[in-house]
Amino acid sequence: MEKKPVSLWQIFAVFAKIGAFTIGGGYAMIPIIQDEMSRRGWISEEELPDIVALSQSAPGVMAVNISIFAGYRLRGVKGSIAATLGSITPSFCIILAIAMLFTSFKDNPWVIKAFKGIRPAVIALIAVPMINMAKKCCKAWWAWALAVAALVLVAFLDVSPIYILLCVIAVSFGFTYYKEKWRR
Amino acid sequence: METLTLFLELFWNFFLIGAFTIGGGYAMLSLIQGEVVTTHHWISEGTFTDIVAISQMTPGPIGINTATYVGYDVLFQATGSHILGVAGSATATLALVIPSFILVLLIVRFYTQFKNSVLFEGVMGWLRPTVVGLIGAAAVILIVDTTWVQGAPVFSIVRDNFPDWKSWCLLAAAFAASYWGKVNPILVIVAAAVLGLLIY
Repeated sequence: MEKKPVSLWQIFAVFAKIGAFTIGGGYAMIPIIQDEMSRRGWISEEELPDIVALSQSAPGVMAVNISIFAGYRLRGVKGSIAATLGSITPSFCIILAIAMLFTSFKDNPWVIKAFKGIRPAVIALIAVPMINMAKKCCKAWWAWALAVAALVLVAFLDVSPIYILLCVIAVSFGFTYYKEKWRR
Repeated sequence: METLTLFLELFWNFFLIGAFTIGGGYAMLSLIQGEVVTTHHWISEGTFTDIVAISQMTPGPIGINTATYVGYDVLFQATGSHILGVAGSATATLALVIPSFILVLLIVRFYTQFKNSVLFEGVMGWLRPTVVGLIGAAAVILIVDTTWVQGAPVFSIVRDNFPDWKSWCLLAAAFAASYWGKVNPILVIVAAAVLGLLIY
């Protein structure tokens, strides 16, 4: 890794390129990152699955986590800052431009019509990844119960998702800890 | 002073969202909705839905895009200033990224102990189904409004998103295209926009 240090600017530029060309988020980014990284010899093909797994389990957005991790490998903390700023800068500028334009366009009758069509579709697009995730991770009855309980608490009782996650982390941590202790 | 408080609130809320997002962009949407729409009423359900659509269509992770947009919108609505809106965007986006930054760097150091830890796997095994429920709630909140009247729930349809029967057909069509047809989400949104122009 330390053979020839990569410049921070180069890290920023490569991640900006990755950020600018991934539409749709996390998973769409993986092949592009893989290509850019292995072509430059920054990260080997064998390392990538580990990085992806880690970025998925760490909190936050996977694409940003990958940037932080890869940047760190290249140039330490400075590298990870360069990579993170690089990967968020293009979308930041694009979104800002749209947000500014949209405030003056949103009362345009054509825009209203288009968004009247878009809004119901967005809800379907949120539901689909949820169902795919559920099929993968809700196999036991208690997993379903947990999912339904979380849904009801947030959707109908206005409980903040953060409190629910905190409770689940605390309970599952305690549960796993004592289960392991009993086993020994 | 009020503006400063708004900035601090924005920072703190997005910092929490960044720290507790487990399970990717869609999980983040449910947290952003929880804080921004349900708790603080900074943005309405209808506007939130528009923002999600725009974030989906533009480059970059959907969670980050939504944060950038919400940060701008909250400050712009409150002050009417584009410059403060940009500052709001930067605040929300950075606040969202900072926790990941700290945590990923910590995890990198302790990764080998982490990967095979029974404790870590145990907690994740509980968190994954919880996140499924949270994402489901995000979808439900955009369809149904719940108010509590004397201890009993009163349900009503979110009219911003579902003004008439045509919108239910659009929901069904978009679901079918995305779930069974595996159509790219961006294409689904573009098609829905075209249909919206034609039928409304």
